[in-house]
Amino acid sequence: MLNVIRIVTVVLLVGFTVSCAKRPPATTPPPPTTAAPPVTEAAPPAPPPAPTPTTTVVEDRTVVPVVPDEGVSNRPLEELNKLLKPAFFQLNSAELDDAGRAVVTSNADLMRKNQTWAITIEGHADERGTAEYNLALGERRALAVKTYLVSLGVAADRLRTVSYGKEFPFDPGHNESAWSKNRRAHFQITSK
Amino acid sequence: MHTVNSRGFMRRSGMSAIVAAIALATIDARALRPDSPAADHEQQKDVVELTITTTGAQTRYAVPDFVAINADAAAEGKTLAQVLYDDLAFEREFYLIPRDTSASIGALRPGAAFPFTAWQELGADGVVAGTVQRTGDSLHIDVRLYDVRRQQAVFSAGYDGPARSVRQIAHTISDAILLQQAKLRGVARTKLAFISDRDRERLDGTFEKRDVKHVYIVDYDGFNPRRITVNRYLNLNPSWSPDGRTLAYTAYSPTGADIVLSRIYEGLPLQRPAKGLGNNYLPVFSPDGTRIAFMSTRDGQAEIYVMNVDGSNLRRLTNHPQDDVTPTWSPSGAQVAFTSTRSGRPLIYVMNAADGSDVRLITPDESEADRPTWSPAPYNEIAFTARTGNWYDIKVYDVATGRIRLITHGEGSNESPAFSPTGRHLAFTSTRTGTSQIFTIGRDGNGIKQITREGNNQTVAWSSN
Repeated sequence: MLNVIRIVTVVLLVGFTVSCAKRPPATTPPPPTTAAPPVTEAAPPAPPPAPTPTTTVVEDRTVVPVVPDEGVSNRPLEELNKLLKPAFFQLNSAELDDAGRAVVTSNADLMRKNQTWAITIEGHADERGTAEYNLALGERRALAVKTYLVSLGVAADRLRTVSYGKEFPFDPGHNESAWSKNRRAHFQITSK
Repeated sequence: MHTVNSRGFMRRSGMSAIVAAIALATIDARALRPDSPAADHEQQKDVVELTITTTGAQTRYAVPDFVAINADAAAEGKTLAQVLYDDLAFEREFYLIPRDTSASIGALRPGAAFPFTAWQELGADGVVAGTVQRTGDSLHIDVRLYDVRRQQAVFSAGYDGPARSVRQIAHTISDAILLQQAKLRGVARTKLAFISDRDRERLDGTFEKRDVKHVYIVDYDGFNPRRITVNRYLNLNPSWSPDGRTLAYTAYSPTGADIVLSRIYEGLPLQRPAKGLGNNYLPVFSPDGTRIAFMSTRDGQAEIYVMNVDGSNLRRLTNHPQDDVTPTWSPSGAQVAFTSTRSGRPLIYVMNAADGSDVRLITPDESEADRPTWSPAPYNEIAFTARTGNWYDIKVYDVATGRIRLITHGEGSNESPAFSPTGRHLAFTSTRTGTSQIFTIGRDGNGIKQITREGNNQTVAWSSN
């Protein structure tokens, strides 16, 4: 019983320490993605609102590989992924139309400028097809985009494909406006 | 003579259950006299073979609350009777007299004779009467099935198990009664596996709003949900191994989809037998459990492959520039049915499992067909998703006659059918309630039952035991 109480006490203390240490000061920018300072045992007193520390910015620059390209390389993946626009498809089709080819061409430009990016092309379908067949349709869409990207000079070994069928709709609606947004190839940068 | 069955609780023969047998005997001394029944249907040589007599088309059963020998077993007495009632009603072999009707007979009282006359007046042919005794967390249950007309017990069995397994005990009783009285295997102890977003977790690392989908298993009636997957991503299309101990499913990571095997009761590391080139989807175990058929894009487009469960002996069964998707095995394992777009739209085909030869289109008249699921023997049927207007319904193709029948009739969109291990029921996904939920239904299209209610649930598989 005594041991249980001790453990509970320790857990509570550790929990308290971590939660104190984790809480970011209100005005600090997001911490760098790679080298966060280790959490020390003693919780520092909650800092007063401080001016923006310069150390964070310096660290950020040192850990990112130097690939100068309009500043985009320094941004986190989630930010970068907004730069690659989705290509849309007609109902039950895996053919890129003119608009789709224009989007993929512009994505290819970014990929050529950022040679370290590894990209997964996701094929998606709208909810009007069946769940299982849509997995094949999504693959076909992703593979069509991959083929086109390779023809534009993007190395095939940087590109992976996957199909999410109709499992991840961009728009959860049940009308053509939603469906047209859901029939898409979506681009994910999986490493930079 | 105690035996521990696979579900972890003990059964024993009627004669060894002396204490509870005495309790029942005081209710009806006549019932105890002639029979010395064995509880295990595997040991039915000792059982006097008796089937309830009826004058109607269907035998009429009543399942009153089990009598609680001690006061703290009252809840279990109600649960046992209700679960048993629902199990027997599900099989639709007997007519079940509604429990609030049969409640008018009143609780069985120790010392009173079994009220055969009252039950006969209510129109019951058979009455399942039980007692339950609770000792700490353990239950002892005795069950009799009385033939009302002949005024004698035709089934008698004792069960021991933990109180938390009360539903499993009721399921076991149901299967035993169904086997003895209708010579049918029941599904009361089987499970359903499906995927669900009920945990409302969001995928990390994407600016799109994406719900994590986990593999869940539940009892065949929807109770006892358990989450199987721990990866916070997308998982699809679970498939049971024939022994019910392994689930195969499609598991996603940010860079692809692969087949994962999870030995769900053993906590062993996950296996990835197909790991290699391309993405691997839609695994299904062969009927003997030694092989897995699946879809893969390793050769440039969706094709059907077969491998041993350890990944060895990989063979490509289809070779067509169009897509070949979602395989299912015939009961003997000699054939595989699958979806293909080789004629311009998704339709169902059959081929030989050994080498992919003898490809035959079986649904030429459908506008769109997907997700074939072959029934177990003795039925020889293939259920599939069929386009009917804007959305989908479940249809069943009879392999012998080539005839196709509708199972659902446009209530929402209905997809991804799976047969029960007896072939007498189907489970499928339907949007009829406004969200995506799992339903079960009889193979004749009657007896629909909603299984899931929480979140969205889809792509169900039915365990064989």
